[in-house]
Amino acid sequence: MSQSGYVAMLDLGAGVVLVCAVVTLWRRSLAAIVRALALQGVALGGVALFLGLRQHDGALVVVSLVVVGEKGAAIPAVLMRVVPRGPTSRELSPLVNVPASLVAAGALTLLAFAVSGPVVALVPTTTGRLVPLGLATVLIGVLAMAVRKKAVSQIVGLLLVDNGIALVAFLATGGFPLVVELGASLDVLLVVVVLRVLGSEMRSRYGVLDLDELQELHD
Amino acid sequence: MLVLAVLVAPLVASICSGLVPWRRSIGWLGCWAMVVVSACGAALATRVLHGSSVTTLDGALRVDALSAVMVLVVGLVGTLACWQSVRYLAAEIEAGHCSRRHASLYGVLVQAFLAAMLLAVLAANLALTWVAIEATTIATTFLVGHRGTRKALEASWKYIAICSVGIATAFLGTVLVYLAALHAGSYVHAPASLDWTSLVAESHHLDRGVMRLATALLVLGYGTKVGLAPMHSWLPDAHSQAPAPVSALMSGVLLTVAFYALLRFKAVADGALGPGFPRLLLVIVGLLSLVVAASLLIAQHDYKRMLAYSSIEHMGLIALGAAAGTPLAIAAVLLHVLGHGLTKAVLFLSSGEILSSEGTSEIGEVRALLARRPALGAIFGLALVALLGLPPFSLFVSELGMIRAEVEVGLGWAAGVALACMVVVFAAMTSHGRQLLLGPVGPGEHASRTPGIVVVPLVSALVACALLGVLAWPLAPLLRAAAKTVAL
Repeated sequence: MSQSGYVAMLDLGAGVVLVCAVVTLWRRSLAAIVRALALQGVALGGVALFLGLRQHDGALVVVSLVVVGEKGAAIPAVLMRVVPRGPTSRELSPLVNVPASLVAAGALTLLAFAVSGPVVALVPTTTGRLVPLGLATVLIGVLAMAVRKKAVSQIVGLLLVDNGIALVAFLATGGFPLVVELGASLDVLLVVVVLRVLGSEMRSRYGVLDLDELQELHD
Repeated sequence: MLVLAVLVAPLVASICSGLVPWRRSIGWLGCWAMVVVSACGAALATRVLHGSSVTTLDGALRVDALSAVMVLVVGLVGTLACWQSVRYLAAEIEAGHCSRRHASLYGVLVQAFLAAMLLAVLAANLALTWVAIEATTIATTFLVGHRGTRKALEASWKYIAICSVGIATAFLGTVLVYLAALHAGSYVHAPASLDWTSLVAESHHLDRGVMRLATALLVLGYGTKVGLAPMHSWLPDAHSQAPAPVSALMSGVLLTVAFYALLRFKAVADGALGPGFPRLLLVIVGLLSLVVAASLLIAQHDYKRMLAYSSIEHMGLIALGAAAGTPLAIAAVLLHVLGHGLTKAVLFLSSGEILSSEGTSEIGEVRALLARRPALGAIFGLALVALLGLPPFSLFVSELGMIRAEVEVGLGWAAGVALACMVVVFAAMTSHGRQLLLGPVGPGEHASRTPGIVVVPLVSALVACALLGVLAWPLAPLLRAAAKTVAL
């Protein structure tokens, strides 16, 4: 692949990651949110694959396949199974309404560009300039966790944070050592499983359909 | 050999709990595992006293004086908590709150949690420390929800959601440190650049802009696990809902294990950026934590939440101590870590006893403990005295040491604010303590005994804390050696 084609593919992959993050804020249907997350996982894996092929880095190619399998397929499948049917399958009353959170996402993206200056300056290759997209995805993930009340959308927020960090790691460092990368992936998978078990425990024991019904602990 | 034994002991206990149906002897096995860890910690401490270190597994694990201190803290507090776990589980099974299978799960998770904390302090490599600290979150989530009540489930959700974001932030910080190390120029092999010692040695070559961003992310990220404001909101819920022995472990050691990671990174950041920037960040989160803790302790009505907020206060204090960063300050911080670990474990464990006999965690509904449960009341009261920083207990010495160090480096104003918050905390907690311990005894109520199995470990811990305070024996040389590894 020519240099310009390679750069274009990386731009596309990183761009899709950020756009998917914004889509999760924009859509109210939980199923659509999970689908956006799956697409983001695939785009993230694609970025890693291109980098790995370009740098002849076998470990990174392995990681990219793991990413596609885990974040593009396995985790979304787990989440899809808990997306409830009927009226509870929509994020009806987030703490901040959709237009406002989209504006906030725009502001966070600008912030990401502002603070990642030193990183962009340090990474000599063309990949460095895409780092702010990863950071913006992280910030949008934190925003989603703060303003969304459904269990599924909180988990999605956490995964956005994780995907954003993975994108930064791929672009800035060409990926962590393989062991760390796999360890981190396993951790994420475990966290999702734990959250899922907690969610179904709440439902089966107390008939609590979602997090917004749990407001007992406070000062 | 010793280093591996520290990890293998809790893992063996964990596996045994999983394979053998629950019985008391399995619980005692867990307690013995922690005794082994403490003994190995002490043996390692004598070896690394003079600044050397012990490495094993191709350099993946390394013990220097700082790691040895942390192994000792985990081992001692772990022994207390596992000792009390046997009684907790027996009572829960008898009351029908918990099946034998559930008790086994508890045993597996507690020992896995302890093994993860030990791995975090033994790892020679910042990525391995990160993986281990993340693993503690996963292991403890089900422990927080072990009682299975609605509130406990809400607390565990909040716990894993907030801590996962925190630990992810710390991962981003770690990625950036790695990036800075990759471009520092003098490395031949990339993996070596994740090693603590080589990072500290290379720290002045690291890119300043990237390190500044990384330090901010690490303070925020690991600060979440330490329970430092503004990311502390999970802590009072998780620590008040978890079973008492788990609360003792979480408050007594998990917070400070995360703080250990911050201390290591601070040494790298100090080298790259000079002491000013890390100090500023630590002062901000430290003071914020103190203010939050003090203001929420005043009107607190739940004694387990009271203890949880007090943990936030003490984490704020050690953050300020670390901000000062001199050898005296770090030695005092480490003494405080040990003293707080022991007294907070005693308080959570005795509050578990109080909860199981009184059936409520409301401060207003419990009174006259000193008259009705003399031994338990006295232990709780003395531990409260220790926690509030009164002599002869070691927290008095360590708080004094931290304040002196802060004044020496020009942080006197921050020490002043901290003292003001401590006065508020003191007033609030003595008033809550008086409510719990004193008061008239109702008609027909008799003093009831507290079994020796509860009294012996808790009293020994308080005696140890007092000895440390009066003599600083036998830890003073170890603390000085440990302080040297990360101090300015």
